[in-house]
Amino acid sequence: MNPIIRFENVTKRFGALTVLDNFNFEVGRGEKVTLIGPSGSGKSTVLRILMTLEPFQEGHLELDGISYHEPNGHGPFKASEKHLHKIRCNVGMVFQSFNLFPHMTVLRNIVEAPVAVLKMKRDEAESRATELLRMVGLYDKKDHFPSQLSGGQQQRVAIARALAMRPRVLLFDEPTSALDPQLVGEVLGVIRDLAQEHDLTMLLVTHEMRFAREVSDRVCFFDKGRIVEQGDPELLFSNPQQPRTREFLSSILGEQAPARESLQRVP
Amino acid sequence: MTWTQYLPPLLKGAQVTVMISLSSIVIGAMLAFAAGIARTSSNRILSGIAFVYIVLFRGTPLLVQLFWFYYALPLIGISFDPITTGIMTLSLLTGAFGAEVVRGALLSVPHTQLEAARALNFSKTYTLWHISMPQAVIEMMPAFGNLAIQNLKDTALVSLISIADLTFQAQSMRNITLDSATVYTLTLVGYFIIALCLMLVVRFIEMKLRRGPAFPRSAHS
Repeated sequence: MNPIIRFENVTKRFGALTVLDNFNFEVGRGEKVTLIGPSGSGKSTVLRILMTLEPFQEGHLELDGISYHEPNGHGPFKASEKHLHKIRCNVGMVFQSFNLFPHMTVLRNIVEAPVAVLKMKRDEAESRATELLRMVGLYDKKDHFPSQLSGGQQQRVAIARALAMRPRVLLFDEPTSALDPQLVGEVLGVIRDLAQEHDLTMLLVTHEMRFAREVSDRVCFFDKGRIVEQGDPELLFSNPQQPRTREFLSSILGEQAPARESLQRVP
Repeated sequence: MTWTQYLPPLLKGAQVTVMISLSSIVIGAMLAFAAGIARTSSNRILSGIAFVYIVLFRGTPLLVQLFWFYYALPLIGISFDPITTGIMTLSLLTGAFGAEVVRGALLSVPHTQLEAARALNFSKTYTLWHISMPQAVIEMMPAFGNLAIQNLKDTALVSLISIADLTFQAQSMRNITLDSATVYTLTLVGYFIIALCLMLVVRFIEMKLRRGPAFPRSAHS
C-alpha cells in the first residue's frame, strides 16, 4: 500500500543551520510512529513542516498523494494559500502549549473550525463536539474558558479540537512536556485510546519512552537532522544498534526510571 | 460681568469641541483599524500606502496640517467648510497614531495562536477577525484612551481656522472682558471635565471587554 506521508530528500535550513539534511521518511496509512531524540535533532520540525507551519528548501514531500509544492507555486511554501488549505484538510496538530483560544469557551474552541472551515451546520458541529468532549472526559467543562482548566484538561480539549476536523494524520508535538507530572497520565490516556483507531495515522514526538513503547508501531531515533535508527519499539528500546541511540536511551531512561519509582512510592 | 455670565458662550464652545472631538475619535478609530491592519498585511501595496499615511501624519505638526487643508487645498480647487476640515484633519492624525496601536496589539497576539489557527485551517481573514482581533482589542484600550484625550486637547487648535470651539470662545471672552484669569481657568476646567468623561468611557469599555473569565489578567490590572 502507498505510504500516506512521504519525505524525499527534504532539506530544511534555518539560516546557516541545517535542521533536516536530505531527509527520507515514510509513514504507512494508520501507522503510529513515535519520533524520539535529543532536542534540536529535527523531530518537531518534521511535524511543523507537515502542518505547513514551516517551509522547506529542497526535496519533495507528499501527504495522501498531495505534493506540498505546487508546480508554479510562489512564496516560501512554493504553494498558494489555496493549495496549503487543501493539504491541511488532512492533517491536525496538538501542540506542546495547547494553544486553545482564550476568548472562546471549550465548546466554541471545538465547534469554531468545523463551522467556519468545513461549513458544518452549527448544531451538527455541536453534537459532534459533545461526543468528543465525552470521549476526553470533559463534557461538564464545555462552557468553561481555557483559563479555568488545568493544563491536562486544556490539552485534552486541544486533542478534541484537532479531532473535530476529522484529520487522517494527527501530529502530537510533545503533548505532555508542558504539564505537571501528575497531569501527564490523563493526556496519555486519551492518546492511548486514539491509538486504537485503525484509520488514524499518528506521529508523536515525546520524551515519554515507556508510553512510546506501548502505543507505537515504530520508533524513530533522530539525531542531527537524520533518522539514525528506527524499528519496532520493543527491539529498539531493548537492543539499540547504534551507539548514539544507546547513549540517548540510557541518559533519558536513567533519568526517568528512578523518577517513576519515587512517584509510585508516594502513598 | 460676573463669571457666571461667561458660562453660556463657553458652554456653546464646549459643545462644538465635544462634537469635533467625538466625531474625529470615531472616524480616527476606523482609520486606525484600516491602516493598522493594512500595515500587518502581507500585501506590500496596502502595507506601503498605510506606511506612507502613518509617517506623513505622525511626522508633521497638526497646526500645519490644519492650515494646509484649510488654506492650501482650496488652491487646487478642493475646499471644505472649517468644521469638516477640522474633523477631517484630526481624524487623520488620530488614525495615524491609532494605526500603530492597532498594529502593535495585533503583533502582540502570541504566535502560537496563529499556528493553532493555521493547524485548524482557518483562512487568514477569519484568523484576523475571530482569533487575533478579539485578543488584540483588549490590549489596545489603554493606548486608545490616551489617544482620545490627546485628540480632545488637539481640538483647541481648530480655533485657529475660525471654528467657534471652547478655545475660540475663551479668546473672544477674554478680548471683551480682559479677565484672563477667570476665563482661562474656566476653560481649563471645561477641558478637564470633558477629558474625565472620555477617560471614564474608555475605562468602561475596557472593563466590559475584560469582564468574564476569558481574560483573567483583569484581576491584576
